[in-house]
Amino acid sequence: MLGLDGHSVHQSSDGWVPVYADGSEARLACMSVGFLLKRKEDSVVWRGPKKNAMIRQFLSDVRWGELDYLVIDTPPGTSDEHLSLVEHMAPVHARLSAVIVTTPQAVALLDALKCLSFTRATALPVLGLVENMSGYVCPCCGEISNVFSTGGGAEMARRERLPFLGSLPVDTELVTLLDAAEGERPGESAERAAGGSERSFGLLERYQRTPTAPLFKDIVDKMLEQLARTRSQREAEASEASQVLASPVS
Amino acid sequence: MIALQHAAPAPDPLSVPANAPEHCPGTESELAGKADACAGCANQEICASGQTRGPDPALPLVRERMSTVKRKILVLSGKGGVGKSTFTAQLGWAFAADGQLQTGIMDVDICGPSIPTILGIASEQVHSSSSGWSPVYVQDNLGVMSVGFMLPSSKDAIMWRGPKKNGLISQFLKDVDWGDLDYLVIDTPPGTSDEHLSIVQYLKESGIDGAVVITTPQEVALQDVRREIDFCRKVGIRVLGLVENMSGFVCPNCQTESQIFKPSTGGGRRLAQDMNVEFLGSVPLDPRIGKSADYGVSFLDEYPDSPASVAYLDIIDRIKDILGDS
Repeated sequence: MLGLDGHSVHQSSDGWVPVYADGSEARLACMSVGFLLKRKEDSVVWRGPKKNAMIRQFLSDVRWGELDYLVIDTPPGTSDEHLSLVEHMAPVHARLSAVIVTTPQAVALLDALKCLSFTRATALPVLGLVENMSGYVCPCCGEISNVFSTGGGAEMARRERLPFLGSLPVDTELVTLLDAAEGERPGESAERAAGGSERSFGLLERYQRTPTAPLFKDIVDKMLEQLARTRSQREAEASEASQVLASPVS
Repeated sequence: MIALQHAAPAPDPLSVPANAPEHCPGTESELAGKADACAGCANQEICASGQTRGPDPALPLVRERMSTVKRKILVLSGKGGVGKSTFTAQLGWAFAADGQLQTGIMDVDICGPSIPTILGIASEQVHSSSSGWSPVYVQDNLGVMSVGFMLPSSKDAIMWRGPKKNGLISQFLKDVDWGDLDYLVIDTPPGTSDEHLSIVQYLKESGIDGAVVITTPQEVALQDVRREIDFCRKVGIRVLGLVENMSGFVCPNCQTESQIFKPSTGGGRRLAQDMNVEFLGSVPLDPRIGKSADYGVSFLDEYPDSPASVAYLDIIDRIKDILGDS
């Protein structure tokens, strides 16, 4: 999706070097098991313990450097990967939070509810819920069809008292962009010839031109707002806790 | 390749126990109990003694239970949300439409069981009798087993690691009173991990008739399908074919067909060609499919005139053809 297919991870004295999606700018670092495979169609047939080890290595052996944000994409469900992540991140649990993404139909919401139970069981603050694939705009007549129904996410957020971050319709341009990111498209080779960093900036620029990019910006703004709120809440709780500890038992 | 650079030869994925240490060589390996990774493993002594090269004790029980099941079909996908469970349900309903046939649906997606909702039996429970757990029956000849029937509330999450999931899967195979079945359709979670390995392991002796792989047309989904087919080849499961779901959408307003998930690299058809598997067909996106799944009714029965129903039925006929049952 980031146009990094075929890249591989290198080892340096202080750990694995992540792959940078923006070339020499080195502001968007990325790590995936996809970089470790010989061929892209190789399957990774691992049971839990091996996946667990890989996650640990991603967290401990990758030279992330100074990061403002680390966004972790997880597989569906609530199993090994999720448990391992929370376990390994326990020392920084106070800085960990979650975003839940769902599609609007009831079958998907059911799984989203399970994710929510997981975040509650592991005391992860939820920054909010995003409803994806909410509607599709016919490129011919502009009619909006609710291919997977609509409004389910907002309704679930209301019922579960979660911040609702927003709905995103299916954006065919975005789908194409994410797909084509890996293949050469006409005109792209010229862009690429202009230099690695410019090419990847091209990716970001092309992304910003997709119709849903402004909607996504709103979602991110709301998310950051929630993040700030969660942080101050946690700090308040922490100072309260320390006061309780400090106060003499009467 | 850094992570794998120093690793010992890759173990046969089927012989690695669920609670093994990170670099377990596999219990049936020559190195079992003797490799570096075995140090400190609770099972080291057993492995070193050579006993483990024998079969799993659950296997004979599974074999016995499965001896009355004629066909076992896996439904797989790389990505989540591509319509695996919906397809499984339609396949089950279509098989069961023939009153002479007995069909079972087994949902091994432990962390996200959607089958009960899609079949409209979400509030049912599993009962046990002297002959084992009774499946929940949608109709006389369509029995279903899912972990969804065992949860106190649909909100409850199953936060299990591999070994517990494997335990449940083996119970689904050996403790459920499936009876005589013509078809057992197995719905799996996305990916290629514990559930998949377990089901293959447990059914190795009884035999799996084949796997149907579901995908959506865009490249991001197809990449995972390549991995899924690679998995099938690694563990020796026959791929019955590939189904492309959500391909094309007919606008209810202007009747123009457009591509929601653009097949930028040729879609499922091209991939099937490249990977040398059969392309079973494409199912167009009909908003009523998702709605039927939410309400737990059979789409094929409700909207037989939809192009998607026609596509589904063609695919199901082709699957029967391939199996030699038509």
